Amino acid sequence: MDDTNVIELEGLTRHFGERTVLREVSLRLARGQTLAVLGRNGAGKSTLLRILATLLRPHAGTVRLFGEPLPREGWKVRGRVGLLGHEPLLYRDLTGRENLVYHARLHRVQPERVQEVLLAVGMQERADDPVRALSRGMVQRLTVARAVLHRPELLLLDEPRSNLDPAAEELVEPLIGRASGVTRVLTSHDPSAALAEAALVLGLSGGRAVYVGPPAGLDEATLGSLYR
Amino acid sequence: MRTAATILRKDLRVELRTLETVPSMWLLAITTFVIFHFGLGRDTLRGQLAAGVLTVTLLFAGMLAINRLFVAEREQGGFDAFLLAPVDRTAMFFAKTGALFLFLVATEVVALPAFALLLAPPSLGSSLPAVLLFLALADLGVAVIGTFVSAIAVHTRARDLIGPILGLPLLLPALIATARGLAPLLVPGAGGSPPAKWLAVLALYDLVNALLAVGLFDFLLEE
Repeated sequence: MDDTNVIELEGLTRHFGERTVLREVSLRLARGQTLAVLGRNGAGKSTLLRILATLLRPHAGTVRLFGEPLPREGWKVRGRVGLLGHEPLLYRDLTGRENLVYHARLHRVQPERVQEVLLAVGMQERADDPVRALSRGMVQRLTVARAVLHRPELLLLDEPRSNLDPAAEELVEPLIGRASGVTRVLTSHDPSAALAEAALVLGLSGGRAVYVGPPAGLDEATLGSLYR
Repeated sequence: MRTAATILRKDLRVELRTLETVPSMWLLAITTFVIFHFGLGRDTLRGQLAAGVLTVTLLFAGMLAINRLFVAEREQGGFDAFLLAPVDRTAMFFAKTGALFLFLVATEVVALPAFALLLAPPSLGSSLPAVLLFLALADLGVAVIGTFVSAIAVHTRARDLIGPILGLPLLLPALIATARGLAPLLVPGAGGSPPAKWLAVLALYDLVNALLAVGLFDFLLEE
């Protein structure tokens, strides 16, 4: 079992009905590295993240996380992955603290950790307000807290800084940024920011991997083609 | 079981805060009894008719809860949050079955006195323990099938239709056994002992469906 590569994809393919959303994507991501997934809306970025989060099955090819093949051994790696996606995965009628306590119990995390992450995202003062009463930025901060609550070894970050103001971005940087030291898969509408953080880039267009390699090897023309 | 208890606690907390499900069930049950009271023009019903009105009313009230059981999980990402956690997926089944069972019991706490007031024969008091035993077994059957059906329906666009369309035929044996079992208990001068045959049918129905639902539930959570 090779645990050096956190992610290993070989010919990963996924369909939704007749439409192929990911077509034969292959790459390897080593521990501690950041993968930036670039591409316009509908390129397959979120689908890739959902497969890596064990929420979707691949239809062809192989996917290994921490050396474990998905989806068969997905149960072994679930607790090692944190997902920060488009949806906050928080119940609107519960408070931020109640949501985090719920997630802490699901992940068998000590309750003290809830206060720790609330402090880390600067939400301790609004932690007892229902989620529906919070602004989008505050919900996003709670979502960051939820994603890192169980100290995941792999973070899947889909537009993680959306709705965050610069101060909040700075606040969550040690949790989900490069400083966290965690292996990350990152999608962003801002390619320059994503490229600055990445060790490896996956350029997706119509589900195909048009570029896999280091940021330095991605020329302007290829980058431009990813968003056309 | 610890995970199931965590989810169940969360569901009960959300219901206590929003009061979206149980009060609707109360309202439906009471309104239906009032309609029967005036529609049939009778102060008391007895035997099979009383049992049928009580059982069908509680079943329809239960359909409201079945339709709403997984809505928060679907709309607020509860499914994904649960599937991301390193826990046994059948915990969700046990939690939702428990929540639905408690919603049905809470409905009956209000619906039974309303039924007694508007439609029941005067002797309901003496057969009440046996009636409650039947209703508890029926609630368990509705909770098991309701959870299973709701988990299927929530992935479809027409979930409000799919719940009753799939659920009612599957619940027909429970409806028949409950109504037949309750009938001799809802006549004046009825004794306290419940008909053993229908109790056994209900218990067997609950057991078989629970085993099937536990076995299949994991697949229903897959996208």
